Amino acid sequence: MNNESVFSLLAFGDTGWGDDLLAGAWITVQLAAVSLVCGLALGLLLAGGRLSPWRPLNWLTNTYIIFIRGTPEFLVLLLVFFGLDLVVQQIAAGLGIQSSFEVPKFAAAVAGLSLIFSAYASEVFRGAYLAVPTGQIEAATATGMSAGQVFWRVRLPQMWRFALPGLANLWMVLLKDTSLAAVIALDELLRQAKVASESTLQPLVFYLAAGAIYLVLTAVSDIARHRLELGARRGYAR
Amino acid sequence: MFDFVRVYLNFKIAASDGICGALAPISPDLFVNACPRFFDGFFVTLELLLLSSVLGFLIAVAVVLARVSSSRFLSIPAHAYIYVFRGTPLLVQLWVLYYGLGSMGAEGLGPLWPFFKEGWWVGLLTLTLNTAAYVAEILRGGIQNLPHGQIEAAEACGMTWSQRMRRIIFPQAIRIAWPAYGNEVILLMKASALVSTITVMDLMGQTRTIFSRSYDLSIFLYGAALYLVLAGLLTLGLRLVEARMTIPSFTQPKSPR
Amino acid sequence: MFKKLVTVALVATIAAASAGSAIAQPMQIRIATEGAYPPFNQKDAAGNLVGFDIDIANALCAEMKAECTVVAQDWDGIIPGLVANKYDAIIASMSITPERQQSVGFTEPYYSNYLHVMAKKGSGIAGADDLAGKSVGAERSTVASQWAEDNLGRSADVKLYDTQTAAYSDLDAGRIDAMVSDIYPAYDWLQTHDGFEFIGDNIDIADKIGIAVRKDDNELREALNGALKTIRDNGTYATINAKYFPFDIY
Repeated sequence: MNNESVFSLLAFGDTGWGDDLLAGAWITVQLAAVSLVCGLALGLLLAGGRLSPWRPLNWLTNTYIIFIRGTPEFLVLLLVFFGLDLVVQQIAAGLGIQSSFEVPKFAAAVAGLSLIFSAYASEVFRGAYLAVPTGQIEAATATGMSAGQVFWRVRLPQMWRFALPGLANLWMVLLKDTSLAAVIALDELLRQAKVASESTLQPLVFYLAAGAIYLVLTAVSDIARHRLELGARRGYAR
Repeated sequence: MFDFVRVYLNFKIAASDGICGALAPISPDLFVNACPRFFDGFFVTLELLLLSSVLGFLIAVAVVLARVSSSRFLSIPAHAYIYVFRGTPLLVQLWVLYYGLGSMGAEGLGPLWPFFKEGWWVGLLTLTLNTAAYVAEILRGGIQNLPHGQIEAAEACGMTWSQRMRRIIFPQAIRIAWPAYGNEVILLMKASALVSTITVMDLMGQTRTIFSRSYDLSIFLYGAALYLVLAGLLTLGLRLVEARMTIPSFTQPKSPR
Repeated sequence: MFKKLVTVALVATIAAASAGSAIAQPMQIRIATEGAYPPFNQKDAAGNLVGFDIDIANALCAEMKAECTVVAQDWDGIIPGLVANKYDAIIASMSITPERQQSVGFTEPYYSNYLHVMAKKGSGIAGADDLAGKSVGAERSTVASQWAEDNLGRSADVKLYDTQTAAYSDLDAGRIDAMVSDIYPAYDWLQTHDGFEFIGDNIDIADKIGIAVRKDDNELREALNGALKTIRDNGTYATINAKYFPFDIY
């Protein structure tokens, strides 16, 4: 294969697949971003559950986290993908509605990815919560702050600094895990590469191109992480 | 060697029959019928995992030596290798090697074709290369966390590079890195499920195939349960190794005076 | 719940009434199809419904001297629409299954879904019997993969793929010697891929395609069955068949 044909395969417009790959990359970024927001929110709730003094809640969140940590992401994603439809239909049937509603693939992928993300994020949050020195908490309490004030004014602002490196790692994992959505035929980057490679029978070109785009996405994330960490460490770094 | 293989094959059959037989009275029909298939897959996953983690570790040692070397001809390629394999999804790596290289066929790949023809071998290769990059980074962390004075002291004693590596640096780096390495093994186990997309009938491949016949979601839960059992066994094994290589005086918390 | 029962009763009465009055004048039949399953039913560039199913529908209507209208209806709502009397028949390449038979009635089959083996030209494989010792691909979630596992699993190396297209890739690369697939999508693919061919005979998996009518609409069902038999006998069916496929799909 000569270079010219590679360029024409990856060209933009009707003849090449370059624009399709970029459209897929945009879906990948959206999928990762939405899953990040949902996963962070869910992760905070789970961390609350783990730190809660109420035993059953503790036990429940721990079980969930063990399940996610020991089960392949791929399996969780498929379970959610097929399971959500069933859940929706059962609810509809319970309400007496005959429904053939299908959960959109994007929503199913977001649900699966943020469930996975939240389990790991809750560990990071828990670690960050416990990393705030007790001396500070005692000092804040001694000055007459309520428990709520201690949490919002002392703990939370500092948790961010402790949690950032861990969350940044999880973001990288999440970004790469979005590729699993290709298997449920969501038109993200890898799926676009698959469609292109199967219709042209040139898989090497398209999978390498997809890999290169993922590499750009992770490299950009890496730079952003570096900047954020410098910002979060301001005033603390030596 | 052949004895070992035969004993292992017999063990697999006995284990599968024994466990499926024992579970039969207390399991739903769906699981009982699928049980032998689940265990077929379980052992394929286990084999892929053990082989790729051992081979990956060996490659990681070589890569990390190149990565921390003072020679740029070694450290730059090693850095690039780690960067590419950690910066792209495993699924893309699998499909590049299986569908991408595989599309060159027998003519393009010549003597390598019998290897690339089989999803199992391509899966093993990809998992090995992938985990090697992560483990190399973990080991690098271990090496760079060593107090620099130790290395200077070893140099002052007249130790050669290989002596320093074997006697001072690696034994400590591995101890520091072991918990992170244990995490990586579990992550590798989970990631190995992706080989089911390149026709390998591992635990995930079997689970998906059984599911596609019944469309019963509990199949996925049975598959998940087996993965959890495997994760439990691995965690246990990793802890045992950790306990064996711990030097008591190194880790026991010193009581405050 | 009560409201639903009333509606069903009403629908049944109306259906009975319309069927009763249809004897006097030419029969009016409203037919639904999906319009998204080429070459059986799809929309052409001008937006008209065309395809094998539509041709069969028109031939049956001509035979019954009925006035027919064909409408497009999304697959998910196609059976509820029939039950709710939005139209009288579904001619949309629908497999006759026990689940569907609980809510609608079916005519005799008007064609069959078969499996077929395909391979590279010159592979030396002459039929399903030659597959022993070969590697054979199929799409995981299809009937074809179940047939391959059940019938070839012991003698051949059966490989399962997530998508039909992934299996095509490996057939092209030479990783698998042959593939088992639903016949129609495979036929479609073969039209644009010269190096591959069908091997041997149709594999019958008892997947029959019928026309769905309301369960109690015996009159229409019998009329359709009669017309179907006539177009089978007088060669009309064969002409339509030949327009789309070079092999008999009945």
